Amino acid sequence: MRVKSKQQKEIPDEWFRPLDRSDMDAEAVVRPSRTYWQDSWQMLRQNRLAMAGLVFLAFLIIMAIIGPSLSPNSIEEQSIMNQNLPPSSEYWFGTDDLGRDVFARTWYGARVSLFVGIMAAMIDFFIGVIYGGIAGYKGGRTDNGMIRVIEVLYGLPYLLLVILLAVVMGPGLFTIIIALSVTGWIGMARIVRGQVLQIKNYEFVLASKTFGTKTRRIIRQNLLPNAMGPIIVQLTLTIPSAIFAEAFLSFLGLGIQAPHASWGGMLNDALGVILSGYWWRLFFPALFISLTMFAFNVVGDGLQDALDPKLRR
Amino acid sequence: MLLTLWLIITGTFFLMHAVPGSPFNEERTTNEAVQRNLIAYYKLDEPLAVQYVNYLKSVVTLDFGPSIKKSSQTVNDMISWGFPVSLELGLYTLALAIVSGITLGVIAALRRNGIIDYLAMTIAVLGISIPNFVLATLFIQVFAVNAGWLPAATWTSWRHMILPTFALATGPMAIIARLTRSSMLEVLTQDYIRTAKAKGLSPAKIVFKHALRNALLPVVTVLGTLAASILTGTFVIEKIFAIPGMGKYFIESINNRDYPVIMGTTVFYSSVLIIMLFLVDIAYGILDPRINLNKKEG
Repeated sequence: MRVKSKQQKEIPDEWFRPLDRSDMDAEAVVRPSRTYWQDSWQMLRQNRLAMAGLVFLAFLIIMAIIGPSLSPNSIEEQSIMNQNLPPSSEYWFGTDDLGRDVFARTWYGARVSLFVGIMAAMIDFFIGVIYGGIAGYKGGRTDNGMIRVIEVLYGLPYLLLVILLAVVMGPGLFTIIIALSVTGWIGMARIVRGQVLQIKNYEFVLASKTFGTKTRRIIRQNLLPNAMGPIIVQLTLTIPSAIFAEAFLSFLGLGIQAPHASWGGMLNDALGVILSGYWWRLFFPALFISLTMFAFNVVGDGLQDALDPKLRR
Repeated sequence: MLLTLWLIITGTFFLMHAVPGSPFNEERTTNEAVQRNLIAYYKLDEPLAVQYVNYLKSVVTLDFGPSIKKSSQTVNDMISWGFPVSLELGLYTLALAIVSGITLGVIAALRRNGIIDYLAMTIAVLGISIPNFVLATLFIQVFAVNAGWLPAATWTSWRHMILPTFALATGPMAIIARLTRSSMLEVLTQDYIRTAKAKGLSPAKIVFKHALRNALLPVVTVLGTLAASILTGTFVIEKIFAIPGMGKYFIESINNRDYPVIMGTTVFYSSVLIIMLFLVDIAYGILDPRINLNKKEG
């Protein structure tokens, strides 16, 4: 020991050199950090199919707004002279058996479909988030009771109920939306409940509670933002099923009534004259309803991949 | 299960009785005495609660009562005429959807990212996106009207059954194919598959005996919902192809506002569905020993 301490004393001053500091910040983050949403957007941008779907939906929304007025003919205007004309420069998509312009009616149908889809999704969102949020957050007996209600309702055949309600309330746009919302919120409520059950046990929620944050604020600030990914995916997948249900009802004659146009109703009319070879009356509504559902489905799939951190590689 | 059924019966009953006006109002030819007799015949003059109890009793004994618009027919008649046809259509559809869906899914999973996978999944997304009634009308246009290969309507020979069955089966098939593919991909990475390969088992044996059985569990879970969508799908498909099934009577009764028939068919359809969901639960328990049906709270 002694020998060592003697040696230490003998270290000359010039041996000491200032440390080279140029490497010190090697571990510092150079690029700006990306938030969850930026990250998800990047993922989504790489999914070509989903982007194509988004572009188509943007196009559809624009056309739903301006489409009916682009054509010189209105959706209700009938003319006996112009029955069942094939597509031409005046009637871009042809005319139907009352001489109405299929082009204008197709975009009006887009308007109806999108409106029904978005309204149904919004109502589902509100009821589902509130119901699922309460069930998941309260837990225990409340949760048990609330989940029983869902289980009983879940057994109800969805479209059958919609048909019944349409019979009772009379056909129309608002009947459809209400009928769709009666059972539509169940899926959303289940997802929100599952998410909330999971997230409420995380430490940051506990920290929040310890600080005395009010329940309402915890749900809004902590739980909902973290559950948002699955909620958005569910929303994008609700819209096509609502659009399908609207077309289904209109096809059965229980949906949107004349003189308003709807894709399902146009298809139903066209089916009656299918032997006459008026293919354009069948083709355009069929094309757009399929494309719309396709677009929503691929966007939903894309979002699912992009918003779920577990699926990221 | 019984609770759901009771809820359906009660719900339909009160919904149907909440509709303003009596079903006889439209018939202008009947005078008041006739109307009174009709109302008495259908026991519509009794208090709602009594009617409700009577209806519950008759449903329990599987008697759905007489039709209002077709006085010689009962709802039971319509069910016994229509249901066998609908059942046939439904079963063919289900069989086609399951067999082709699983086959497509397995092939896609085994040839992951290959041409077949890409093709199969494109078909699957298209199948989910195109509503069955759109597909049905397109089928009629292309195969029946333009090409003239297959008949477009009725339900008499196997050639008549091809178009409706395919139109109805495409959607469920697509869903099954996608599910099978994703769960196959997951199962194929498991350790016991590697063990099986290491043992030197043939690829066919690995796929069928080890992978497929486990990969099919999620598919079984959705079968109940798929059966429901096929069931409601039969309404439109039967309407489009003029098939004399139950959907035809159901649609007719809706258009005629024939309330006993609407009620009867709704309750019948719902019972069929709920029984299906129940069977799926049981099948799930049998296929997967890890699930214990007697255990409370999974």
